[in-house]
Amino acid sequence: MAGQKSQLRLEPLLWTLFSAGGVVAAFLIPVHLFLWGLAFPLGWLKAPGYLSTMALLAHPLVRIYLFVLCSAPLFHAAHRFRYTLYDGLQIKHLNEVINFSCYGGAVLGTALAGYLLWTIP
Amino acid sequence: MKSSGSTPGYTLNHPRWYRARVSTYWWLKQWVYLKFVLRELTSVFVAFFVVTTLMQLRAFSRGPQAYENFQKWLQNPFVIALNVVSFLFVLYHSVTWLSLAPRAMAVRIRGKRVPDLLISGTNYAAWLVISAVVAWFLLWG
Repeated sequence: MAGQKSQLRLEPLLWTLFSAGGVVAAFLIPVHLFLWGLAFPLGWLKAPGYLSTMALLAHPLVRIYLFVLCSAPLFHAAHRFRYTLYDGLQIKHLNEVINFSCYGGAVLGTALAGYLLWTIP
Repeated sequence: MKSSGSTPGYTLNHPRWYRARVSTYWWLKQWVYLKFVLRELTSVFVAFFVVTTLMQLRAFSRGPQAYENFQKWLQNPFVIALNVVSFLFVLYHSVTWLSLAPRAMAVRIRGKRVPDLLISGTNYAAWLVISAVVAWFLLWG
């Protein structure tokens, strides 16, 4: 089956994305989540204002950084969640649906991140 | 399962092999299994973080009022609770990931293997420095 063969060839690439995304997630997500999800909303620290954040976003490197911060962890999570479903629930026969939703979600999120970061003034 | 007519396809699970049935809840039977599944489930919270970040970017693209509304949404107790759980899971991902680093990169200097503790230690130190730099940019940048 053509579909299955191409899937096998994709596996090393998907694993590389899993690994790279895992590194990005491990190093970067905790500090972002702690600040935006806890410290700012609970008033422990002062959240950056709209204008100062837009000033940061004006820098192309910041946009590239945010693109990587969104995209790489999504591919990492897609790969890991796929195997969680395989092993955890033993539903390997739903292969195609699972692959499509996991990696499809990651591709969609990457496209959204690219679109948003491209269009922010 | 997959074979249709003239093209015999490969099945992922060989139907003739004997396979002992494993309970769907096999991962609840031992603490190590549960830890493994919890580690794998960090992926859900990693994905959730990206979703909120995308929402935040959308708020920024829509202007100051949308940003204000987004910040109000983050103050919702339910969202805070979700973020507390997410933070714990994401920390768990970082700790497990960085602890595995010595296995993933077996660094050798002059033929001698660099001790595991040094590699994971360097990774933890890098994590600290990177976090401080990100925080600096967000708080004073």
